[in-house]
Amino acid sequence: MKPAPFSFCAPGDLAGVLEALAANGEDGRILAGGQSLVPLMNLRLVRPEMLISINRCSELDYLRLEGDSLVCGALVRQARAEESDLVQEECPLLAMALPYVGGQANRNRGTICGSLAHGDPLAELSAAALVLDGEMRIAARDGQRTVAAEDFFLDGLTTALQPGEMLAAVAFQRQGGDERSAFLEMGNREHGFAVAAVATRLGMVGGRCEFARIAMLGAGPTARRIRAAEEILTDSEVDDAAIERAVTAAHDIIEAPSDLHADGEFRRHVLTTLLERALRQAMAGE
Amino acid sequence: MPEKIEVTLTINGETRRGLAEPRLLLADFLRHELGLMGAHIGCEHGVCGACTILIDGRTARSCLHFAVALDGAVIDTVEGLAGPDELHPIQEAFHQNHALQCGYCTSGFLLTTLEFLRRNPDPDEDEIRRALTNNLCRCTGYTNIVKAVAEAAAALRAAD
Repeated sequence: MKPAPFSFCAPGDLAGVLEALAANGEDGRILAGGQSLVPLMNLRLVRPEMLISINRCSELDYLRLEGDSLVCGALVRQARAEESDLVQEECPLLAMALPYVGGQANRNRGTICGSLAHGDPLAELSAAALVLDGEMRIAARDGQRTVAAEDFFLDGLTTALQPGEMLAAVAFQRQGGDERSAFLEMGNREHGFAVAAVATRLGMVGGRCEFARIAMLGAGPTARRIRAAEEILTDSEVDDAAIERAVTAAHDIIEAPSDLHADGEFRRHVLTTLLERALRQAMAGE
Repeated sequence: MPEKIEVTLTINGETRRGLAEPRLLLADFLRHELGLMGAHIGCEHGVCGACTILIDGRTARSCLHFAVALDGAVIDTVEGLAGPDELHPIQEAFHQNHALQCGYCTSGFLLTTLEFLRRNPDPDEDEIRRALTNNLCRCTGYTNIVKAVAEAAAALRAAD
Protein backbone atom coordinates (compact mmCIF):
# COMPACT_ATOMS: atom_id res chain seq x y z
CA MET A 1 0.00 0.00 0.00
CA LYS A 2 0.94 3.65 -0.22
CA PRO A 3 1.07 5.98 2.76
CA ALA A 4 -1.72 8.44 3.45
CA PRO A 5 -0.94 12.03 2.40
CA PHE A 6 1.18 14.14 4.75
CA SER A 7 3.16 17.35 4.75
CA PHE A 8 6.93 17.32 4.92
CA CYS A 9 9.67 19.54 6.24
CA ALA A 10 13.41 19.06 6.67
CA PRO A 11 14.83 21.77 8.94
CA GLY A 12 18.58 22.35 8.77
CA ASP A 13 19.17 22.33 12.50
CA LEU A 14 17.86 20.86 15.73
CA ALA A 15 16.22 24.14 16.78
CA GLY A 16 14.15 24.08 13.58
CA VAL A 17 13.17 20.46 14.14
CA LEU A 18 12.03 21.17 17.69
CA GLU A 19 10.08 24.22 16.52
CA ALA A 20 8.29 22.07 13.91
CA LEU A 21 7.60 19.37 16.51
CA ALA A 22 6.14 21.93 18.90
CA ALA A 23 3.98 23.41 16.16
CA ASN A 24 2.55 20.02 15.15
CA GLY A 25 2.07 18.32 18.50
CA GLU A 26 0.67 14.82 18.21
CA ASP A 27 0.37 15.16 14.43
CA GLY A 28 4.13 15.49 13.89
CA ARG A 29 6.53 12.58 13.62
CA ILE A 30 10.31 12.55 13.29
CA LEU A 31 11.79 10.88 10.21
CA ALA A 32 15.37 9.66 10.57
CA GLY A 33 16.14 6.43 8.70
CA GLY A 34 12.47 5.50 8.43
CA GLN A 35 13.09 1.76 8.75
CA SER A 36 10.49 1.35 11.49
CA LEU A 37 8.15 4.23 10.70
CA VAL A 38 7.78 3.96 6.91
CA PRO A 39 6.58 0.32 6.88
CA LEU A 40 3.84 1.34 9.32
CA MET A 41 2.99 4.35 7.16
CA ASN A 42 2.87 2.19 4.01
CA LEU A 43 0.46 -0.14 5.80
CA ARG A 44 -1.47 2.94 7.00
CA LEU A 45 -1.15 1.81 10.58
CA VAL A 46 0.40 5.23 11.26
CA ARG A 47 -0.74 8.45 9.59
CA PRO A 48 1.29 11.45 10.68
CA GLU A 49 0.10 14.76 9.25
CA MET A 50 3.57 16.25 9.30
CA LEU A 51 6.79 14.36 8.80
CA ILE A 52 9.82 16.22 10.13
CA SER A 53 13.05 14.92 8.65
CA ILE A 54 16.20 15.27 10.75
CA ASN A 55 18.38 14.13 7.86
CA ARG A 56 19.72 17.65 7.26
CA CYS A 57 20.78 18.09 10.88
CA SER A 58 24.46 17.21 10.70
CA GLU A 59 24.77 18.36 14.32
CA LEU A 60 22.89 15.16 15.32
CA ASP A 61 25.33 12.90 13.49
CA TYR A 62 27.93 12.25 16.17
CA LEU A 63 29.33 9.34 18.09
CA ARG A 64 31.61 10.54 20.87
CA LEU A 65 32.90 9.92 24.37
CA GLU A 66 31.68 12.11 27.21
CA GLY A 67 33.17 11.05 30.54
CA ASP A 68 31.90 7.55 31.31
CA SER A 69 29.52 7.54 28.35
CA LEU A 70 29.53 6.77 24.67
CA VAL A 71 27.01 9.22 23.26
CA CYS A 72 25.19 8.56 20.04
CA GLY A 73 23.32 11.41 18.32
CA ALA A 74 19.94 10.95 16.68
CA LEU A 75 21.31 10.69 13.15
CA VAL A 76 23.87 7.93 13.76
CA ARG A 77 22.93 5.08 11.47
CA GLN A 78 23.14 1.54 12.80
CA ALA A 79 25.63 0.37 10.17
CA ARG A 80 27.97 3.24 10.98
CA ALA A 81 27.89 2.36 14.68
CA GLU A 82 28.40 -1.31 13.84
CA GLU A 83 31.54 -0.45 11.87
CA SER A 84 32.85 2.04 14.42
CA ASP A 85 36.04 1.20 16.35
CA LEU A 86 34.77 3.41 19.16
CA VAL A 87 31.68 1.21 19.61
CA GLN A 88 33.75 -2.00 19.41
CA GLU A 89 36.16 -0.74 22.05
CA GLU A 90 33.89 1.17 24.42
CA CYS A 91 30.60 -0.75 24.21
CA PRO A 92 31.28 -4.26 22.90
CA LEU A 93 27.79 -5.35 23.99
CA LEU A 94 26.29 -2.79 21.60
CA ALA A 95 28.58 -4.04 18.84
CA MET A 96 27.33 -7.58 19.52
CA ALA A 97 23.67 -6.55 19.35
CA LEU A 98 23.83 -4.41 16.20
CA PRO A 99 24.30 -7.19 13.61
CA TYR A 100 20.96 -8.66 14.72
CA VAL A 101 19.07 -5.45 13.86
CA GLY A 102 17.17 -5.93 10.58
CA GLY A 103 19.17 -6.65 7.44
CA GLN A 104 22.15 -4.80 6.01
CA ALA A 105 19.91 -2.56 3.90
CA ASN A 106 17.91 -1.61 7.00
CA ARG A 107 20.99 -0.93 9.13
CA ASN A 108 22.51 1.21 6.37
CA ARG A 109 19.63 3.66 6.83
CA GLY A 110 18.07 3.02 10.24
CA THR A 111 19.36 4.96 13.23
CA ILE A 112 20.08 3.83 16.77
CA CYS A 113 17.87 6.51 18.30
CA GLY A 114 15.11 5.83 15.78
CA SER A 115 14.91 2.19 16.79
CA LEU A 116 14.84 3.15 20.46
CA ALA A 117 12.18 5.84 19.96
CA HIS A 118 10.01 3.44 17.98
CA GLY A 119 9.94 1.11 20.98
CA ASP A 120 9.32 -2.22 19.28
CA PRO A 121 9.04 -4.79 22.10
CA LEU A 122 11.59 -7.03 20.37
CA ALA A 123 14.09 -4.34 19.36
CA GLU A 124 17.63 -5.53 20.09
CA LEU A 125 18.81 -2.00 20.84
CA SER A 126 16.30 -1.62 23.67
CA ALA A 127 17.91 -4.57 25.47
CA ALA A 128 21.36 -3.09 24.78
CA ALA A 129 20.23 0.26 26.20
CA LEU A 130 19.01 -1.45 29.38
CA VAL A 131 22.21 -3.37 30.11
CA LEU A 132 24.42 -0.40 29.19
CA ASP A 133 22.52 1.80 31.69
CA GLY A 134 21.39 3.97 28.78
CA GLU A 135 20.46 7.56 29.40
CA MET A 136 17.88 8.82 26.94
CA ARG A 137 18.43 12.48 26.13
CA ILE A 138 15.09 13.94 25.17
CA ALA A 139 14.78 17.34 23.55
CA ALA A 140 11.80 19.65 23.06
CA ARG A 141 11.49 23.32 22.09
CA ASP A 142 11.05 24.34 25.69
CA GLY A 143 13.83 22.30 27.23
CA GLN A 144 15.58 19.00 27.64
CA ARG A 145 15.29 16.11 30.02
CA THR A 146 16.93 12.77 30.48
CA VAL A 147 15.19 9.50 31.22
CA ALA A 148 16.90 6.26 32.23
CA ALA A 149 16.44 3.50 29.66
CA GLU A 150 14.62 1.50 32.29
CA ASP A 151 11.95 4.19 32.57
CA PHE A 152 11.79 4.85 28.83
CA PHE A 153 10.16 1.70 27.43
CA LEU A 154 6.64 1.73 28.80
CA ASP A 155 4.82 -0.78 26.61
CA GLY A 156 4.94 -2.11 23.05
CA LEU A 157 5.53 0.90 20.75
CA THR A 158 5.05 3.20 23.73
CA THR A 159 7.91 5.15 25.25
CA ALA A 160 8.23 8.05 27.67
CA LEU A 161 8.41 10.47 24.72
CA GLN A 162 5.62 13.05 24.82
CA PRO A 163 4.17 14.98 21.86
CA GLY A 164 6.67 17.68 20.90
CA GLU A 165 9.63 15.67 22.18
CA MET A 166 12.28 13.71 20.32
CA LEU A 167 15.08 11.41 21.33
CA ALA A 168 18.05 13.64 20.50
CA ALA A 169 20.75 11.24 21.74
CA VAL A 170 21.38 8.18 23.85
CA ALA A 171 24.31 7.84 26.22
CA PHE A 172 25.55 4.28 26.78
CA GLN A 173 27.80 3.53 29.72
CA ARG A 174 31.34 2.75 28.57
CA GLN A 175 32.34 -0.80 29.40
CA GLY A 176 35.51 -1.42 31.38
CA GLY A 177 38.23 -3.80 30.22
CA ASP A 178 37.32 -6.48 32.77
CA GLU A 179 33.70 -6.68 31.72
CA ARG A 180 32.29 -9.75 30.00
CA SER A 181 29.44 -9.40 27.53
CA ALA A 182 27.21 -11.56 25.37
CA PHE A 183 24.17 -10.97 23.20
CA LEU A 184 22.25 -13.99 21.91
CA GLU A 185 19.07 -14.10 19.89
CA MET A 186 16.76 -16.66 18.41
CA GLY A 187 14.28 -15.99 15.64
CA ASN A 188 12.23 -18.09 13.28
CA ARG A 189 14.83 -17.30 10.68
CA GLU A 190 18.21 -15.69 10.95
CA HIS A 191 18.11 -11.89 10.66
CA GLY A 192 14.35 -11.86 10.93
CA PHE A 193 12.38 -10.56 13.87
CA ALA A 194 13.52 -11.93 17.21
CA VAL A 195 11.42 -14.48 19.06
CA ALA A 196 13.60 -13.97 22.11
CA ALA A 197 16.98 -12.49 22.98
CA VAL A 198 19.23 -12.07 25.99
CA ALA A 199 21.84 -9.39 26.70
CA THR A 200 24.28 -9.94 29.55
CA ARG A 201 27.02 -7.79 30.97
CA LEU A 202 29.17 -8.89 33.90
CA GLY A 203 31.68 -6.64 35.68
CA MET A 204 34.36 -9.05 36.92
CA VAL A 205 36.94 -8.17 39.57
CA GLY A 206 39.34 -10.86 40.76
CA GLY A 207 37.09 -13.74 39.72
CA ARG A 208 34.00 -12.25 41.34
CA CYS A 209 31.14 -10.50 39.64
CA GLU A 210 30.99 -6.95 40.95
CA PHE A 211 27.87 -6.06 39.01
CA ALA A 212 25.58 -7.84 36.58
CA ARG A 213 23.14 -6.55 33.99
CA ILE A 214 20.77 -8.94 32.28
CA ALA A 215 18.03 -7.88 29.88
CA MET A 216 15.63 -9.99 27.87
CA LEU A 217 13.46 -9.49 24.80
CA GLY A 218 10.29 -11.58 24.73
CA ALA A 219 10.05 -11.80 28.52
CA GLY A 220 7.34 -9.17 28.87
CA PRO A 221 5.64 -6.34 26.95
CA THR A 222 8.97 -4.51 26.47
CA ALA A 223 12.65 -5.27 26.91
CA ARG A 224 13.19 -5.76 30.63
CA ARG A 225 15.93 -6.15 33.19
CA ILE A 226 15.94 -9.48 35.01
CA ARG A 227 16.96 -8.20 38.42
CA ALA A 228 16.43 -11.46 40.30
CA ALA A 229 19.10 -13.12 38.17
CA GLU A 230 21.40 -10.09 38.39
CA GLU A 231 21.23 -10.17 42.18
CA ILE A 232 22.23 -13.83 42.34
CA LEU A 233 25.35 -13.18 40.28
CA THR A 234 26.36 -9.96 42.04
CA ASP A 235 29.19 -10.43 44.56
CA SER A 236 29.45 -14.05 43.51
CA GLU A 237 31.67 -16.20 41.41
CA VAL A 238 30.05 -16.96 38.07
CA ASP A 239 30.41 -20.73 38.27
CA ASP A 240 28.05 -23.53 37.22
CA ALA A 241 26.06 -23.35 40.45
CA ALA A 242 25.57 -19.58 40.27
CA ILE A 243 24.56 -19.78 36.62
CA GLU A 244 22.01 -22.47 37.42
CA ARG A 245 20.52 -20.41 40.24
CA ALA A 246 20.39 -17.29 38.04
CA VAL A 247 18.65 -19.20 35.25
CA THR A 248 16.09 -20.65 37.69
CA ALA A 249 15.40 -17.19 39.11
CA ALA A 250 14.89 -15.81 35.60
CA HIS A 251 12.60 -18.70 34.66
CA ASP A 252 10.28 -17.87 37.55
CA ILE A 253 9.75 -14.22 36.60
CA ILE A 254 9.62 -14.34 32.80
CA GLU A 255 6.18 -13.34 31.54
CA ALA A 256 6.59 -14.38 27.95
CA PRO A 257 3.78 -13.32 25.62
CA SER A 258 2.30 -15.71 23.06
CA ASP A 259 1.98 -14.62 19.46
CA LEU A 260 2.11 -15.88 15.91
CA HIS A 261 5.81 -16.66 16.18
CA ALA A 262 6.01 -18.52 19.49
CA ASP A 263 3.82 -19.35 22.43
CA GLY A 264 4.72 -18.12 25.87
CA GLU A 265 5.96 -21.39 27.28
CA PHE A 266 8.26 -21.99 24.31
CA ARG A 267 9.60 -18.46 24.59
CA ARG A 268 10.32 -18.96 28.27
CA HIS A 269 12.21 -22.15 27.48
CA VAL A 270 14.21 -20.38 24.78
CA LEU A 271 14.98 -17.43 27.06
CA THR A 272 16.32 -19.55 29.90
CA THR A 273 18.45 -21.56 27.46
CA LEU A 274 19.77 -18.36 25.88
CA LEU A 275 20.54 -16.94 29.32
CA GLU A 276 22.57 -19.95 30.32
CA ARG A 277 24.47 -19.87 27.02
CA ALA A 278 24.99 -16.12 27.23
CA LEU A 279 26.45 -16.31 30.73
CA ARG A 280 28.80 -19.13 29.71
CA GLN A 281 29.79 -17.37 26.51
CA ALA A 282 30.43 -14.11 28.35
CA MET A 283 32.63 -15.86 30.92
CA ALA A 284 34.49 -17.78 28.22
CA GLY A 285 35.10 -14.46 26.48
CA GLU A 286 34.22 -15.94 23.12
CA MET B 1 -3.31 17.63 -0.84
CA PRO B 2 0.22 18.71 0.14
CA GLU B 3 2.14 20.49 -2.62
CA LYS B 4 4.66 18.76 -4.77
CA ILE B 5 8.29 19.47 -3.93
CA GLU B 6 11.18 19.59 -6.38
CA VAL B 7 13.71 16.79 -5.82
CA THR B 8 17.19 16.60 -7.31
CA LEU B 9 19.03 13.30 -7.20
CA THR B 10 22.21 12.02 -8.78
CA ILE B 11 21.09 8.75 -10.33
CA ASN B 12 23.63 6.45 -11.94
CA GLY B 13 25.94 9.45 -12.27
CA GLU B 14 23.40 11.77 -13.89
CA THR B 15 21.61 14.67 -12.26
CA ARG B 16 17.87 14.06 -12.40
CA ARG B 17 15.09 16.37 -11.23
CA GLY B 18 11.46 15.70 -10.63
CA LEU B 19 8.43 16.77 -8.65
CA ALA B 20 7.23 14.61 -5.80
CA GLU B 21 4.35 14.75 -3.42
CA PRO B 22 5.77 14.10 0.08
CA ARG B 23 4.22 10.64 0.31
CA LEU B 24 5.76 9.47 -2.99
CA LEU B 25 8.07 6.56 -2.28
CA LEU B 26 11.51 6.60 -3.89
CA ALA B 27 10.57 3.39 -5.70
CA ASP B 28 7.57 5.09 -7.31
CA PHE B 29 9.57 8.25 -8.03
CA LEU B 30 12.18 6.20 -9.89
CA ARG B 31 9.63 4.17 -11.78
CA HIS B 32 6.90 6.69 -12.58
CA GLU B 33 8.60 10.10 -12.56
CA LEU B 34 11.96 9.09 -14.00
CA GLY B 35 11.06 5.97 -16.00
CA LEU B 36 13.64 3.76 -14.29
CA MET B 37 11.77 0.48 -14.03
CA GLY B 38 14.63 -1.65 -12.66
CA ALA B 39 13.67 -1.40 -9.00
CA HIS B 40 10.60 -3.60 -8.56
CA ILE B 41 7.95 -3.22 -5.92
CA GLY B 42 7.04 -6.39 -4.09
CA CYS B 43 5.91 -6.15 -0.49
CA GLU B 44 6.08 -2.38 0.03
CA HIS B 45 7.13 -2.75 3.63
CA GLY B 46 10.80 -3.57 3.45
CA VAL B 47 10.67 -7.36 3.64
CA CYS B 48 11.18 -8.74 0.13
CA GLY B 49 14.15 -6.73 -1.17
CA ALA B 50 12.90 -6.45 -4.77
CA CYS B 51 13.18 -2.64 -4.63
CA THR B 52 16.77 -2.58 -3.35
CA ILE B 53 18.86 0.30 -4.69
CA LEU B 54 21.99 2.05 -3.39
CA ILE B 55 21.76 5.33 -1.50
CA ASP B 56 25.14 7.04 -1.11
CA GLY B 57 26.80 3.74 -2.01
CA ARG B 58 24.93 1.47 0.39
CA THR B 59 21.94 -0.78 -0.16
CA ALA B 60 18.55 0.51 0.88
CA ARG B 61 14.91 -0.33 0.29
CA SER B 62 13.47 2.21 -2.12
CA CYS B 63 9.98 1.40 -0.78
CA LEU B 64 11.03 2.65 2.67
CA HIS B 65 12.19 6.09 1.59
CA PHE B 66 10.36 9.19 0.49
CA ALA B 67 11.88 10.89 -2.53
CA VAL B 68 11.52 14.32 -0.91
CA ALA B 69 13.63 13.23 2.06
CA LEU B 70 16.53 12.24 -0.20
CA ASP B 71 16.98 15.53 -2.08
CA GLY B 72 20.67 15.74 -3.00
CA ALA B 73 21.41 12.03 -2.48
CA VAL B 74 23.43 9.81 -4.80
CA ILE B 75 21.34 6.85 -5.99
CA ASP B 76 22.47 3.86 -7.98
CA THR B 77 19.99 1.48 -9.57
CA VAL B 78 20.34 -1.72 -11.55
CA GLU B 79 20.22 0.34 -14.77
CA GLY B 80 23.64 1.75 -13.86
CA LEU B 81 25.39 -1.59 -13.38
CA ALA B 82 26.51 -1.91 -17.00
CA GLY B 83 26.05 -0.27 -20.41
CA PRO B 84 23.00 -1.10 -22.57
CA ASP B 85 24.71 -3.88 -24.52
CA GLU B 86 26.84 -5.39 -21.79
CA LEU B 87 26.43 -7.26 -18.54
CA HIS B 88 28.14 -6.55 -15.25
CA PRO B 89 30.09 -9.61 -14.02
CA ILE B 90 27.38 -10.18 -11.38
CA GLN B 91 24.67 -10.07 -14.07
CA GLU B 92 26.74 -12.39 -16.26
CA ALA B 93 27.07 -14.89 -13.40
CA PHE B 94 23.30 -14.80 -12.75
CA HIS B 95 22.71 -15.36 -16.47
CA GLN B 96 25.17 -18.26 -16.71
CA ASN B 97 23.84 -20.00 -13.60
CA HIS B 98 20.13 -19.66 -14.34
CA ALA B 99 19.84 -17.62 -11.16
CA LEU B 100 16.63 -15.98 -12.31
CA GLN B 101 13.39 -17.21 -13.72
CA CYS B 102 10.70 -14.53 -13.68
CA GLY B 103 13.32 -11.91 -12.78
CA TYR B 104 11.12 -9.92 -10.45
CA CYS B 105 13.52 -10.20 -7.51
CA THR B 106 16.70 -10.07 -9.60
CA SER B 107 17.60 -6.39 -9.53
CA GLY B 108 17.41 -6.46 -5.75
CA PHE B 109 19.63 -9.51 -5.59
CA LEU B 110 22.13 -7.92 -7.97
CA LEU B 111 22.53 -4.77 -5.88
CA THR B 112 22.61 -6.68 -2.60
CA THR B 113 25.36 -8.82 -4.13
CA LEU B 114 27.24 -5.75 -5.37
CA GLU B 115 27.47 -4.29 -1.86
CA PHE B 116 28.21 -7.68 -0.29
CA LEU B 117 31.11 -8.49 -2.62
CA ARG B 118 32.62 -5.05 -2.07
CA ARG B 119 32.77 -5.87 1.62
CA ASN B 120 33.62 -9.52 1.29
CA PRO B 121 35.30 -10.33 -2.05
CA ASP B 122 35.94 -14.00 -1.22
CA PRO B 123 32.92 -15.32 0.69
CA ASP B 124 32.12 -18.93 1.51
CA GLU B 125 28.67 -20.40 0.87
CA ASP B 126 27.45 -19.77 4.39
CA GLU B 127 28.40 -16.10 4.18
CA ILE B 128 26.64 -15.78 0.82
CA ARG B 129 23.45 -17.30 2.21
CA ARG B 130 23.53 -14.94 5.18
CA ALA B 131 24.07 -11.93 2.92
CA LEU B 132 21.04 -12.88 0.81
CA THR B 133 18.75 -13.64 3.72
CA ASN B 134 16.70 -10.46 3.32
CA ASN B 135 16.00 -10.85 -0.39
CA LEU B 136 13.18 -13.18 -1.35
CA CYS B 137 12.93 -15.22 -4.54
CA ARG B 138 9.69 -17.07 -5.16
CA CYS B 139 10.47 -19.12 -8.28
CA THR B 140 14.09 -20.01 -9.04
CA GLY B 141 14.96 -20.86 -5.49
CA TYR B 142 18.23 -19.94 -3.93
CA THR B 143 20.65 -22.69 -4.97
CA ASN B 144 21.48 -21.14 -8.32
CA ILE B 145 21.56 -17.65 -6.89
CA VAL B 146 24.14 -18.73 -4.32
CA LYS B 147 26.17 -20.38 -7.09
CA ALA B 148 25.96 -17.22 -9.17
CA VAL B 149 27.18 -15.02 -6.33
CA ALA B 150 30.16 -17.33 -5.74
CA GLU B 151 30.97 -17.25 -9.45
CA ALA B 152 30.58 -13.47 -9.60
CA ALA B 153 32.96 -13.16 -6.65
CA ALA B 154 35.56 -15.27 -8.48
CA ALA B 155 35.10 -13.26 -11.69
CA LEU B 156 35.46 -9.94 -9.87
CA ARG B 157 38.57 -11.17 -8.05
CA ALA B 158 40.08 -12.32 -11.35
CA ALA B 159 39.34 -8.93 -12.93
CA ASP B 160 41.11 -7.04 -10.14
